[in-house]
Amino acid sequence: MELTEAIILSVLAASTPLLLAATGELVAERSGVLNLGVEGMMIVGAACGFGGAWLTGSIIIGALCGMFAGVLMSLLFAAMALGLAVNQVATGLALTIFGVGLSGLIGARFVGERITPAPHLHIPYVSDIPLIGRVLFGEDGFVYLSLALVVAVWWFLYRMRAGLILRACGDNHVSAHALGYPVLKIRMYAVMFGGACAGLAGAYLPLAYTPFFIPGMTAGRGWIALALTVFASWLPGRLVIGAYLFGAVTILQLHAQGAGIGIPSQFMSSLPYLATVIVLVLLSRARTGGSTAPAALGTVFVPDR
Amino acid sequence: MQLILEKRAERSRTVALASPLIAIGLTIVTMTILFMVLGKNPISALYVYFIVPLADGYSLQEIAVKATPLVMIAIGLSLCYLANAWNIGAEGQFLMGAVAGSWIAVKTQGTGAGHWVLPAMLLLGALAGALYALIPAICKVRFGASEILTSLMLVYVADLLLDYLVRGPWRDPQGFNFPTTAEFDPVATVPTLIEGGRLHLGSILALIVVAAGAVLLGKTIKGFEIRVVGAAPRAARFGGFNANQLILLTFAISGALSGLAGIIEVAGPVGHLQPGISPGYGFTAIIVAFLGRLNPIGILIAGLFLALTFIGGEQAQITMKIPLDVTKVFQGILLFYVLACDSLILYRFRIVSSSPQVARGAH
Repeated sequence: MELTEAIILSVLAASTPLLLAATGELVAERSGVLNLGVEGMMIVGAACGFGGAWLTGSIIIGALCGMFAGVLMSLLFAAMALGLAVNQVATGLALTIFGVGLSGLIGARFVGERITPAPHLHIPYVSDIPLIGRVLFGEDGFVYLSLALVVAVWWFLYRMRAGLILRACGDNHVSAHALGYPVLKIRMYAVMFGGACAGLAGAYLPLAYTPFFIPGMTAGRGWIALALTVFASWLPGRLVIGAYLFGAVTILQLHAQGAGIGIPSQFMSSLPYLATVIVLVLLSRARTGGSTAPAALGTVFVPDR
Repeated sequence: MQLILEKRAERSRTVALASPLIAIGLTIVTMTILFMVLGKNPISALYVYFIVPLADGYSLQEIAVKATPLVMIAIGLSLCYLANAWNIGAEGQFLMGAVAGSWIAVKTQGTGAGHWVLPAMLLLGALAGALYALIPAICKVRFGASEILTSLMLVYVADLLLDYLVRGPWRDPQGFNFPTTAEFDPVATVPTLIEGGRLHLGSILALIVVAAGAVLLGKTIKGFEIRVVGAAPRAARFGGFNANQLILLTFAISGALSGLAGIIEVAGPVGHLQPGISPGYGFTAIIVAFLGRLNPIGILIAGLFLALTFIGGEQAQITMKIPLDVTKVFQGILLFYVLACDSLILYRFRIVSSSPQVARGAH
């Protein structure tokens, strides 16, 4: 019972950064922009988030610093990929390479420092119900925020006119442009939203997951978030399932290592990455008929008069 | 007043030649600002970065040694990128080549095996790299899975495999528990070109690879097909070129070259297998490929330039206490500027007085 509860709690914690980053990327991709710089935005968000929290002692300010850093990084991407019509794949890679270096530079002075991690919700009596009490009512704020964000994004994309326009830009930017919608401006907002989410996801790691900063602590989570959008067929609801499945794989391999079953730890550690490859293959294979990806995803758009 | 991007009638040749130089210039300006922010004297920092490594023979050799893997990997990557196939897992293929080649070195250790050992290691390294690169390529061609994500995921897997081997079965029993294999036998080591120097045979191989790449792209039909598939997929379809086959081919070549670079690095400058054999060669090679404008000769020059920044970065850390991450920031900024300047080959900026009002229609 205790162990089950501990496992579920750690799965939720491991899934939250994936869910946050993937939600942001989903919106960007739905507008037609493939931003491969999620890993770079996350790692800079982690360094700035930790820095903000350590300097001010406030988790909320830390989270805001992370988001702000993510937005700045995404603006760099937008200037290149939207403003200068540069290939999105190459720009995203550049953003990640740049971000890894920058976060090391920013975070160098925070290495070895500790903060008090984000507090967990505690409602008297309710949070003490065995098993479900802590799982449902005893998480840190980010977990609830990430789920609320998914609902909000779903509502925005499918229940609001603005969401429809955003999806139109992602499916056919020429038509959207012909209808008079400012495709590049809409895409820029979508990319900025993605940056804020990725920055927050990165900040979650040193603010709530582990209470300290280490260089390279995102360890490929940004890339897994990118794979999750494919896994989810660009649907917000499925993102939740995907993120929690990947969180579960991460945590279960840790517990398996702890339990000391005879498999070398490195093989267990490689499971999340191998699972990503296998899932991508299975899903892509399942829909050989027609792709569910936004039709204009990753293509350059230069409006002509 | 508004700044808009407009397609040029034809590619600008002047900008095409000047763009890498403009990019390097802009990067140096940005770095000057960064050094000032870090509280370092920018002039002496730039001097340490770009001039000091050129001043003595040892550093010059070291630049060639660092450029060797960068150039080899980048030549392969340029083929992929020209064909519009996005292999970004060269780092993993590099590590797999290193692991596979080291297997022979570890197994023949102390057995007095003959001179076949090194050629066999190089061959197996290249083969392993090619096979490892074919995994994402096949997933792409057969199932339509994004090669970008799968090739990158396999980097982490290769890294963990190497880690397991040097901590487990291949660990040097006399190595004081350090995660490393024993030092390779002389027959399993890439010979140096100068007695007591650092420059090794691998650098010659890199030059051969550059020449082969130039011939493949410039003189052969396969090279032509690669370029057409990337630049004009529709035309390639009409021409009857098999795009899937070209993805497999470019990935295999790219993987083989990365694997070869990996085993040369291990059997050459490093001398044994251990974690951290690559300071991110597979990723830096992406920058080399773009800075070299996906052209073999350009890549050779770009590889030497980025190798210079590695050495300069190390010097700056030792003499001026500038963190090594500055080198990574530098490389990232450089790639941004290269891509931005390349965009100006195809487009130009134009100032328009006011944007024409688009009729929204009455809803």
